[in-house]
Amino acid sequence: MESTGPSTEARRRWMGILAKAQPAELAEAWERLKLAVPHDLLCAPEVGMAMVRGRMGGDGAPFNLGEMTVTRCAVALEGGITGFAWVAGRDRRHAELAAVCDALLQDPRHRDRVMRTVIAPLAEAQAQRRDDRARRAAATRVDFFTLARGENPR
Amino acid sequence: MYVAVKGGERAIENAERLVAEDRRGDPAVAELSLAQIREQLRLAVDRVMNEGSLYDPELAALAIKQAQGDLVEAIFLLRAYRTTLPRLAVTLPVDTAAMAVERRISSTFKDLPGGQVLGPTGDYTHRLLDFALAAEGAEPPTAPRAEAPVDAAMPRVTDILGREGLIEPAGDGVAAGRPFDITRQPPELPAGRDQWLQTLARGDEGFLLALAYSTQRGYGGNHPFAGEIRMGTVAVEIVPEELGFPVEIGEIEVTECQMVNQFRGSDEAPPAFTRGYGLAFGRAERKAMAMALVDRALRSAELGEAVRYPAQDQEFVLAHSDNVEASGFVQHLKLPHYVDFHAELELVRRLRQEWAERRREAAE
Repeated sequence: MESTGPSTEARRRWMGILAKAQPAELAEAWERLKLAVPHDLLCAPEVGMAMVRGRMGGDGAPFNLGEMTVTRCAVALEGGITGFAWVAGRDRRHAELAAVCDALLQDPRHRDRVMRTVIAPLAEAQAQRRDDRARRAAATRVDFFTLARGENPR
Repeated sequence: MYVAVKGGERAIENAERLVAEDRRGDPAVAELSLAQIREQLRLAVDRVMNEGSLYDPELAALAIKQAQGDLVEAIFLLRAYRTTLPRLAVTLPVDTAAMAVERRISSTFKDLPGGQVLGPTGDYTHRLLDFALAAEGAEPPTAPRAEAPVDAAMPRVTDILGREGLIEPAGDGVAAGRPFDITRQPPELPAGRDQWLQTLARGDEGFLLALAYSTQRGYGGNHPFAGEIRMGTVAVEIVPEELGFPVEIGEIEVTECQMVNQFRGSDEAPPAFTRGYGLAFGRAERKAMAMALVDRALRSAELGEAVRYPAQDQEFVLAHSDNVEASGFVQHLKLPHYVDFHAELELVRRLRQEWAERRREAAE
């Protein structure tokens, strides 16, 4: 990777945002990007499973909970930059677009534009959905008062 | 024993077409879409994902449609489909302390950091048939939003008890290395807790519920409290080989139940609460609670309690919790057993004849 390559932390962040995007949202953002960069499929989108693990008691030893569907894809841009995607679900187009964006984001010539046009709006949409769900839940926060035994809130 | 038979192709084909016609029902009634099932029968979807052992709401919705709402059949269909997919990865253990909480209650502490969040529950309302739902085309209802969101992370009740040493540590009694995988390894007895938690996670909800209930009624009870139930979304991360660092592949909804049970102490350790743990895909509170009660019951031997009752018996619980196996074995009795049965028929005729002859001889 070039010296101007992204930090692992930055790449983790955008890969997560791309994976969590709704496929239609990502496709829309991709249309807006209007970036015709040819790419090769190093690994065509492949649908499979990931075994999801939990922990006993939430923080004890791991155990296998069950599987989830996942799609992976790897692409290479003309300059040789490779992009990867691992996304929950079975949407092949989602995985391919995510991998192409991952590659473009590693290319300093494209990074800012892809960040602005794709990653920022996707992140914003995800934050909004998360906030809405968290405020929906917060409206059901309750204080129980025990009556019979006369215990008061601390 | 089942012996293969030939013939009946036409009848079988027609029976399949009959199923298809009946599945569609009255053509004058609009056809169900997978999106409708996913959005409006979401708890059925969650049950199918749990016991089908595959998190994929669209596939579960398809299975429900195909099975005409027979969830045990839908679970079978999903379980069969999962065998066609390669396993590409194993995730890092999900962190339920970092869950985006939609519901979080404790029956042991009124006040706890993050508060009690009821979420989408009908627990405190009358559960009567709501005829308003029979009328279609009403405005989609919306729930109120609070000014401030719930806390981004909330400590578990067991963490709070753990700080004072009042509860045993979370289970870490598994040998280092990979947890047991019942999809790859033949079952072992005695089973480790990792093996039975995986088995219970895909186990039949009705069976686990009945077992859990049996412990409450005295068949192996241990005075449980629902220390905490939380439901919400957790991030799922894997470490792809080609990258070498963890990346998030998406979020899944899960339900977690921490049962806090009565004490155990020994010469070495002071008395402390013991744990039972349940974790399930989606919104599956009853399942997670039943799982936690059965988990605790299965720990009886480890905790030095007598193993007397069905819920405490590993072999009994683990061998009978899977409804794909159970329904297969029960329903295989429908298949032709003609040869087998005719052998028995011969036998019973001969025995009757011998019996009659003995009677006659005795009477003479």
